[in-house]
Amino acid sequence: MASRAGPAASRGMNTRFAQFKLVLLVLRFVKDQFDSYRESTIGAAFLTQTISLDESTTVKFEIWDTAGQERYKSLAPMYYRNANCAVVVYDITQSTSLDKAKAWVKELQRQANENIIIALAGNKLDLVNEQPDKRAVPTAEAEAYANEAGLLFFETSAKTAENVQELFTAIAKKLPLDQVGPRHTRPGQRPGGVSLGPVEGRDTQAGGPCSC
Amino acid sequence: MTGSEDADLPSGASAAHDDGERPPPLPPRPSQPSTPKDRPRLASKPTTALSSMNIQTLSFPDGSRGTFSTAVDSSAADNSTPQPTDDFDISALGFHSIGSTRKQDTDESMSVMSMAPTLRPPGDLESLLVGDMAKKSPAWMLLRSQSAAVQPFETTPAEQTSIFASFEQEFESIPDEFDRDWNDGDRLQLWKSKLKHYMILSSAGKPIYSRHGDLGLINSSMGVVQTIISFYEGAKSPLLGFTAGDTRFVIVTEGPLYFVAISRLGESDSQLRAQLNALYMQILSTLTLPVLTNIFANRPSTDLRRPLQGTETLLSSLADSFTRGSPSVLLGALECLRLRKSHRHSINNAFLKARAEPLLYGLIVAGGRLVSVIRPRRHSLHPSDLQLIFNMLFESGGIKAAGGENWIPLCLPAFNNRGYLYMYVSFLEDRSEDSTPTTDAPSVDETIAIILISPDKESFFALQKMREDVVTELKKKGHLDLIKATALKGRPSAEEIAPNTHISHFLFKSRANVQFCMPALQSTFSSLVSHRRLMSLYSQLHANMHARHSHLKVLHCVSEEATSLAWVTPIFEFYCVAGPNTSRAVLAQGANKVMQWAKREEERLFIIGGGVF
Repeated sequence: MASRAGPAASRGMNTRFAQFKLVLLVLRFVKDQFDSYRESTIGAAFLTQTISLDESTTVKFEIWDTAGQERYKSLAPMYYRNANCAVVVYDITQSTSLDKAKAWVKELQRQANENIIIALAGNKLDLVNEQPDKRAVPTAEAEAYANEAGLLFFETSAKTAENVQELFTAIAKKLPLDQVGPRHTRPGQRPGGVSLGPVEGRDTQAGGPCSC
Repeated sequence: MTGSEDADLPSGASAAHDDGERPPPLPPRPSQPSTPKDRPRLASKPTTALSSMNIQTLSFPDGSRGTFSTAVDSSAADNSTPQPTDDFDISALGFHSIGSTRKQDTDESMSVMSMAPTLRPPGDLESLLVGDMAKKSPAWMLLRSQSAAVQPFETTPAEQTSIFASFEQEFESIPDEFDRDWNDGDRLQLWKSKLKHYMILSSAGKPIYSRHGDLGLINSSMGVVQTIISFYEGAKSPLLGFTAGDTRFVIVTEGPLYFVAISRLGESDSQLRAQLNALYMQILSTLTLPVLTNIFANRPSTDLRRPLQGTETLLSSLADSFTRGSPSVLLGALECLRLRKSHRHSINNAFLKARAEPLLYGLIVAGGRLVSVIRPRRHSLHPSDLQLIFNMLFESGGIKAAGGENWIPLCLPAFNNRGYLYMYVSFLEDRSEDSTPTTDAPSVDETIAIILISPDKESFFALQKMREDVVTELKKKGHLDLIKATALKGRPSAEEIAPNTHISHFLFKSRANVQFCMPALQSTFSSLVSHRRLMSLYSQLHANMHARHSHLKVLHCVSEEATSLAWVTPIFEFYCVAGPNTSRAVLAQGANKVMQWAKREEERLFIIGGGVF
């Protein structure tokens, strides 16, 4: 497993603290005034997010959030290289966005870390809950694709945060946490990974609700 | 209104300005007659009957002086004999009286032509005419100007009221076609009511961007625009601009792109052209020139909206800053955070010390004002590039809302329009001590951003490390708090800078440093409309001073809403505004005070050179 586990910095006596790198490829949504989705459409944002799986396990995500725009495609490898997981987001009110999402999944499966965990997220659930006729991608269709491609699947709302926590928790549970015990890691140790620079030793914790 | 020119500008003035090594200020020269050059007389006389008997001298920051004089004869009188000079002691006011006056019809007519006609006599006129008949003491003049301390724009000529009244609604968005409360006719009406439009279309006629209205609504207008432009293109005589009623259309063609500005705000062609050029730079910044050229070389009918997707907000925030009126854009200069020289030096050093290998440029910016710059010896940053960066980070809001750290590929067209650079951006406020992202983002005025630019697209983590080091170092020395406090305090008021001069606002641009400074906007100018009126006045002054063949150095304008003074030398550009009753003597005195202040504070107000590696 090429988990790019950072230094499992211990926090407290029993708490295992694991760092993972995660790629959040956010397909560019059609700008929708109703949607409060933050516009990280230019370049990429680097964020950290910690969630507690249980009393002794904290997972720290290091997240690259990109809009997945065509013109910045040459930058994408930097974001998904060594990533443990990726969330590919499409817009359930736009059927073309699922096609783009599929293309990204393909690229990730071909180019990224072979054990990368990929989650497919159909966003803008809040819009569809309010106006069911706005849905353009049936849940079953996307779910079938996700199963076939071996992806985690959620329909989410970035606006109401529906299923967002669940999505990240599901990813965290699937991550090979066992390998991230303090015994196994030293700073810089990344089986099969390419160093991206001194990410180790970062002790910053970003809390708050996930806003992706 | 009067316009005048100083007699003799010392040519060494600009050379003496370099790198802080300038001789100490010269002592004031004794009063001496100016020796005006012979000027061609115009056949016709100016039509406004306002002139002045005072000759004032503006003291340049380097100690030299320029005279500021006009003839007193009325426009009707064709009287070539010099008027008797006032003999009262205006040096008591800080000015040097000069022996002779002369007629300056050229400049007179210039200012008459360029300023909107004033139908009623401005407040200043009375005092001038009175002074002509019965000489008044400086004390009287001082008293007069104080008793009439009317703020600029308290009175408005009727013809302007209507335009500015609708400016309140300028930035309100037009409802889209799905809004059932609106029909197309009403939406079009609303679209037409906007005072300023920017449109971008391809030479094939494909719409690319419009500030107002969705493209469905204005498709036909775009078509008309394209037809008109193409007609002239076809005739090998490109259309540059035209006027319809009170609306000015200016067109810029850049390769396969047409840029159109439609303005009822009275900006000059060259100002509108500069704005359109900035929009073009924004597009280049997203795509780079080779990519843009390729797209259209391969498929001339390409819809450029797709490649530009996501940057519409940048174009709009850029366009809106032009429409609101931005001193930075008008002057083509940047504003710095005022800091003690030793502090700035120390911040620069901390910044330089932490420098990562792949760094090209490093900037610390607080509240949209530059705190520190580090750069390679051979390169300096171009203001138009910085304008794009500042617009992206501080005006459009998209980046800041994303939170965290950002890695943004962008092309800086003035630096190199052929390739991308990579920009690391971190807003310090977003990573407060307790690491909880704050939902109520601090206002732009107190945000500190660290911007690190590298040509290496893989250098994110190196620059991230550098940021950590810089912040640690700045925190250790207390500089971070200092920067925060200074940014929070804001700009000094005009009253603090030049007390008792009635100058309400000014712009001072140091041409060598390509930077400007200004006082805080008082409550008088804080509303959207009054700010626009102030900026319109500045933009008129600026246009007059920079009009081709004008060769103006000093311009004093009086209207019933405000008096203003523009003063341009090779070293600086200075524009100031005061209430309509402020006499010219008081205004000139104020200008001198500001000038002395700017000279004294030069190394605090401006970044001179920055940190070089």
